[in-house]
Amino acid sequence: MSADIAHQLHGKEEERVARRSRVRVVLAIGPATVLAGVAWALVQPWRLTMLHPHGQGLWWLLAEPPLYVVLVGVLFRWVIAPGLVDDLEEAE
Amino acid sequence: MIVAGIEPKAEMVHWWFATGILVLGLLFFAELVVGPEVWARRPWRRYLWPGTMFLLGLLLWPVMALYTNSMIHMVAHGSWAQVLMLSGGAELGVVRGKLHSQYWRLTSSAAMLVSGTAFLVHEQNGWFFARAAFLHHALGWTLIVASVFPFVQAIRPRSIAAASGFAMTFVVVAVLLFCDRDSAAILGHFSQFAGVPHR
Repeated sequence: MSADIAHQLHGKEEERVARRSRVRVVLAIGPATVLAGVAWALVQPWRLTMLHPHGQGLWWLLAEPPLYVVLVGVLFRWVIAPGLVDDLEEAE
Repeated sequence: MIVAGIEPKAEMVHWWFATGILVLGLLFFAELVVGPEVWARRPWRRYLWPGTMFLLGLLLWPVMALYTNSMIHMVAHGSWAQVLMLSGGAELGVVRGKLHSQYWRLTSSAAMLVSGTAFLVHEQNGWFFARAAFLHHALGWTLIVASVFPFVQAIRPRSIAAASGFAMTFVVVAVLLFCDRDSAAILGHFSQFAGVPHR
């Protein structure tokens, strides 16, 4: 094998590894956000009104900040990440 | 009086905006990871973050109308609404192909600079008056310092450091907004004039 071809193959392999790690990062963004929301709920359970709902008004029952964070992570994983991964693989 | 009785509390509105800003932060990060070419492969994705930014600007108008109780407060919220709409609108124009210059990114820098200044100007209390005051100061300085990132992006659109800083700023702003309470202590400090403290 000539040095040029070996160099080209090595370059392509490096590119493939970089692309694969990009896919992993894109797939990890959503779960990492969900994890942050769950951790927040465990550390500050009083921020979840649903755990102590008696006597609370509608707005307080809707205001569940740690769940908002979880929701953002879930939406990212389901709506944004799959298309991005497909496009990254197609670009390869 | 009736409206004040049924409208959500200011801290809840901060959390809703924090959610929108967190979405923006994740989108910026994702675009940074995959690169602008892959990001632009699907047309709807190109409109996603400029559209979200523009929507947040629009939603700031009802906040200005319903939640401000002083002139300076109203001017601050009105200016945020305008600069967010300007920034989102300019980016929408760029992705649509109506605007071509890379320097439109300067509108994001201006938006952050104006927003940061507005935060600092309309917060009349010191850093340790209560958590809300602390967060206003922290948010103001964060945005002013971070306005350098879109400024660098306008000059060097491929700068990874500037794009990372820009994305990280939105995540930090979201975290700060999620920390907000209408009246709560900050690092053990709470003014006797700040009302009844919450956790």
